[in-house]
Amino acid sequence: MTALFYIAAVVAVLATLMVVTRSNLVHALVYLVISLFAVAVVFYTLGAPFVAALEVIVYAGAIMMLFLFAVMLLNVSADAPLRVPLRAWLGPVILAAVLLAEVVYGLVLTNPRLSGKEIGPEAVSAALYGPYVLGVELASMLLLAALIGARHVAARDGDRDADGDEA
Amino acid sequence: MAAVSLDHGLVLAAILFAIGFAGLLTRRNLIVALACIEIMLNAAGLAFVVAGARWGQADGQVMFLFVLAMAAAEVAVGLAIAIRFRETLKSLDVDEADEMKG
Repeated sequence: MTALFYIAAVVAVLATLMVVTRSNLVHALVYLVISLFAVAVVFYTLGAPFVAALEVIVYAGAIMMLFLFAVMLLNVSADAPLRVPLRAWLGPVILAAVLLAEVVYGLVLTNPRLSGKEIGPEAVSAALYGPYVLGVELASMLLLAALIGARHVAARDGDRDADGDEA
Repeated sequence: MAAVSLDHGLVLAAILFAIGFAGLLTRRNLIVALACIEIMLNAAGLAFVVAGARWGQADGQVMFLFVLAMAAAEVAVGLAIAIRFRETLKSLDVDEADEMKG
């Protein structure tokens, strides 16, 4: 399981690097799917099979589907790929690397082991609908607000009447 | 099963977050910027799950579920904004939107 963790971690990092460096948008999104799959394997090796399944279903399934729908709706291939000059990378990469080095330095000072114990769907569900039930209600309201907001923002002007309200 | 040390899991989350952060600062395509935000949210969720595995509690996974719901809501609104952005500015370059005009 430990070897699986490190292999999946390396795959996740490489795939994520490809996401931010590809100039072709569809290629970047395909690498993002690979990255999410790799993180799902990491979850599994950490003893969290429930969120591993959700990572594949919701992130790699639903959210990436939204991205691909947007790419198709926007007909992005008509745009020239937005290439980034190499020197534009320098500053942000240095800043991000400094932050990463600080976090890694802080983390290696302490080195506790993970329990390696599997936390199954039953325990997660019991916590979710026990002490966290208010959070579930808030998440449902957030998703409803996002649904209505996305519909409102993306609506064409022809769908609205003179007052700006949607028809 | 053999145990992974806590810091390796958190370092992985930090690396993914840093990559997403660097991408967000450098890429000018709105869709890629949204994808980078997804990477950063996913890394934050990974940190929660690692911490949950450290203490053997389900709370980390519950927090990941909330991060997941929030990411789904964020990407729905973000992509709607991308569609409106494209209609208004005929481009997906975020630098085009440097003037606040209705």
